[in-house]
Amino acid sequence: MHLTVEERAMLAGEHGPALQKAMEIIVALGTIYGAAELVPVTSVQVAGVSYKNLGQAGLDFLREWAAQGARVRVPTTLNPAGMDLRAWHELGFPQTFARQQLAVVEAYRAMGISPTCSCTPYLVGNVPGFGEHVAWAESSAVSFANSVLGARTNREGGPSALAAALTGRTAAYGLHLDENRRARYMVDVRCPLRSGADFGALGYLVGKMVRNAVPYFRLSTLPSPPPLTLPLKTLGAAMAASGAVALYHVEGVTPEAQRGEMLAPDAERVIIEDLSPAYAALNAPVEQIDLVSIGCPHASLDEIAEVARAVDDRRLRAALWITTARQIKDRAAEAGYVATIEAAGGRVVADTCLVVAPMDALGFRTLATNSAKMAFYTPSHSGLQVRFGPLEQCLDAALTGRWKCET
Amino acid sequence: MQNGLTLFSLGQIAGYSMKKRLQGRIIKDGKAHGIALVSPEPIGFLGGVDPDTGVVIEPGHPLEGECIAGRILVFPTGKGSTVGSYTLYRLARNGLAPAGIINAESEAIVAVGAIIAGIPMVDQVDISQIRSGDVVSINGEVVTVG
Repeated sequence: MHLTVEERAMLAGEHGPALQKAMEIIVALGTIYGAAELVPVTSVQVAGVSYKNLGQAGLDFLREWAAQGARVRVPTTLNPAGMDLRAWHELGFPQTFARQQLAVVEAYRAMGISPTCSCTPYLVGNVPGFGEHVAWAESSAVSFANSVLGARTNREGGPSALAAALTGRTAAYGLHLDENRRARYMVDVRCPLRSGADFGALGYLVGKMVRNAVPYFRLSTLPSPPPLTLPLKTLGAAMAASGAVALYHVEGVTPEAQRGEMLAPDAERVIIEDLSPAYAALNAPVEQIDLVSIGCPHASLDEIAEVARAVDDRRLRAALWITTARQIKDRAAEAGYVATIEAAGGRVVADTCLVVAPMDALGFRTLATNSAKMAFYTPSHSGLQVRFGPLEQCLDAALTGRWKCET
Repeated sequence: MQNGLTLFSLGQIAGYSMKKRLQGRIIKDGKAHGIALVSPEPIGFLGGVDPDTGVVIEPGHPLEGECIAGRILVFPTGKGSTVGSYTLYRLARNGLAPAGIINAESEAIVAVGAIIAGIPMVDQVDISQIRSGDVVSINGEVVTVG
């Protein structure tokens, strides 16, 4: 692998132990995956923030790295934490957990990382341009950066993303290279996609099918109105959960598919005519709903506005949590949406995500969501029974406390 | 003394040398020396190894019940959750890390774990040449058995 003079100096420890360790990680990954060189990155999204996943070992490691002088050299944003960093007490998060969680965020802040605590960095100012090399963790954000923005990133882990932020480099392998960005599956979608949940259901099915390959979608009908930011956020998140899809193309929609031929000549053809297997797999037979969760990935301002309109002047029977980035919550508060939702009995929760929060400790047993990703992870991560369906159906469950089946 | 000499000459007569030199690829540079613990199956550290005892706890794993502390841990490749990198770090903080790691083919979780835990590691080694109980040294990219 070719290294520049500066990169070799970092590796040799001439810039201190923190940078040396970071460069060792970057070089080791480049070695394992056969990179010929390193490339500069323009932004980083770091995962490994929830104390539930990180544990004491992860916290110790981050503190040690920060104490050695680790400082990021490119704009770097942070994944969701395991709780709302301000409202954790009133939401019922245990104090022991809160103390450790705040220490994790403090360690990242000491390294110069913005505590955005969001899985949608692209909604809060971290928006890489077309063709830019970045190093992002968080599977749904990786998918969005590659597919919707046309930036280039592999699926980074917590330490490897952090190492890229410290060195400003990543190894040039995988999705950084043209030849790995063409699709090996052509997915012909013949059924209409009527809701965001339908995009999630489609993603669930395709992720299971293609695993970590690149799919190319041909949609029989494009939903209106554009832009497709929200449905594509949902589609990518689901494929990255049921499979490990880091990049997809949509004919006539995503930027690389608009600029050139992204379908490999020998691509395998898959036909999707029916989404009901996804709904069957992601729904448990529960009627009573304790908690309705909207915002996986984190809700945009438009999504929060839609919820506010639906619950305006109503009274909720189930708990309703809308998870979002702190910045988006602040804007929703200014627009009056937060007050409307809170008046109905719902919550707009910032900084966290119910997939990484210790939900079992909060006493909920059943959950309804419009996110296929959340429906996929929740039963195994926190043991709750899940209902998955369109936003309107979830909001109806919030208002009535019951899941209305179509039959 | 007599026994040692006899064993040595038997080894010579049987046609195998007492020391094997294997060439690997550096993942984490360093020197390590210890007794080999060999797994024919991949190892996942998160939930697979108890960070407070160093004992393999994955049910049904070939090394279940074995302690990896201070051993040269030899296995084909890593598996499981990416958080496993931090398990290796925690083992090291507890003084229970393996002395060195040898893989047939390395992947990111164990590689990152070895680097942040400071455990010398090589891969692309013919691990069929190593048996549990062998005395093994790692020196950069060179693995010496026996």
